[in-house]
Amino acid sequence: MLENFSFRTIVEYLPLFGQGLVTTVWLSVLAFAGALAIGIVLAAMNLQRGRLFRMPAKAYIDAVRATPLLAQLYFLYFGLPRLGIILPELVVGILALSLNSGAYVAEIIRAGILSIPRGQVEAGVASGMTYIQRMRLVILPQAFKVTIPPLLGQAIVLVKDSALLSLIAVAELTRAGQLLASDRFMPAEGFITIAAFYLLLYYGLKGLAALSGRWLGLAGART
Amino acid sequence: MIWQQLQILAGSYPLALRGLGMTVVLSLISLVLGTLIGFGLGILRTGGNRLISGAIGAWVDLIRGTPFLVQIFLIFFILPELGIELDAFTAGIIALTNLAACFICEIVVAGIRSVPTGQVEAALASGLSRWQRMRQVVLPQAMRIVLPPLVGQYVLLIKDSSVVSAIGLTDLTRVGWLVVQRVPNGLLVFFLVGLGYFIVCYPLIMLARRLEQRIGAAHGEVQL
Repeated sequence: MLENFSFRTIVEYLPLFGQGLVTTVWLSVLAFAGALAIGIVLAAMNLQRGRLFRMPAKAYIDAVRATPLLAQLYFLYFGLPRLGIILPELVVGILALSLNSGAYVAEIIRAGILSIPRGQVEAGVASGMTYIQRMRLVILPQAFKVTIPPLLGQAIVLVKDSALLSLIAVAELTRAGQLLASDRFMPAEGFITIAAFYLLLYYGLKGLAALSGRWLGLAGART
Repeated sequence: MIWQQLQILAGSYPLALRGLGMTVVLSLISLVLGTLIGFGLGILRTGGNRLISGAIGAWVDLIRGTPFLVQIFLIFFILPELGIELDAFTAGIIALTNLAACFICEIVVAGIRSVPTGQVEAALASGLSRWQRMRQVVLPQAMRIVLPPLVGQYVLLIKDSSVVSAIGLTDLTRVGWLVVQRVPNGLLVFFLVGLGYFIVCYPLIMLARRLEQRIGAAHGEVQL
């Protein structure tokens, strides 16, 4: 019945898709900023020698990686009110995405820092640098470089994962498609359109990742 | 107090078992099918035919570029419009298998490309047929690279199967959603749901790490 595919309806619903797209973009940006903050703290904890900081960080990262995002989202969505914390769905959604993605970002940052050859640190020590100086002047600038492409990859994952927020009724892109599908009984029009929008975001971020790799001169670099 | 609620929850254990069973069955079927199709696609993609390789690449990108939830909706709501009747279970299997196949295809391609060309040339010089080269020379060596990310992909697959609850399949996540309507303690209910996934996924994550360490870990990290 796809011969009845109605472009007219899609055009009619474009403002709704536009709003959904904008919401998806800014909630993803916020969630990714949160993920970066959480990831940096977790990575720092995970790189300590003492177990006191390392164990909780490891436990958190493992727990997040071994359970589905949807279950985590429901955990917060149904669990927070239990603790007396009533938040709008949108905020719960952004929180869930940040907490989830933060665990993956932490691993990327940790791998980036560990990828710096030992000799660099030793050279820093030999030149009489303090720990902070070594971190700031030697390790972090190099680690930053190698983490950019995988971080953009994680951003792509986050944007796609944000589709799950439609299941707790956040008015983002997927939700817009669902509305068209259920209001007019036009699932093809609804879901094919949002798929196209997500592809746009995907190719945009993927292009950015490729560009950043070239820009940072990572193509032939040591990994 | 938690003890009391656990007792109330205990009444839901048949439902929980059914949900866990559904999650395991969904994951297992699409894991096996996805691996077979993924290896087939990966071998075809490196086969040298530009048209086939390009078509597979385009499809893989399409699947990697869209949210899994959207793929499920597309399959579940649009295939019937094309005259293909299907229930939620079949739609779930199709969606999960397709997703797994696409990601495994990429893993296999990377594995095959990691085998030094000299090996292929040597096989060529020994007069092995194309299929023999693949089966006896390339694939056994590629497996070393393929195995750790493959196990990692299985973890992703099990986790992604939770999204299938959105079209009404009573898997582990859906059970949590149903139970929390009756016993409104989201913290406890979804802690238990999470525990269910953790018990299945964590050993696999450990296995992937172990495998990766064994091959020397020099070939990039597994994205779990």
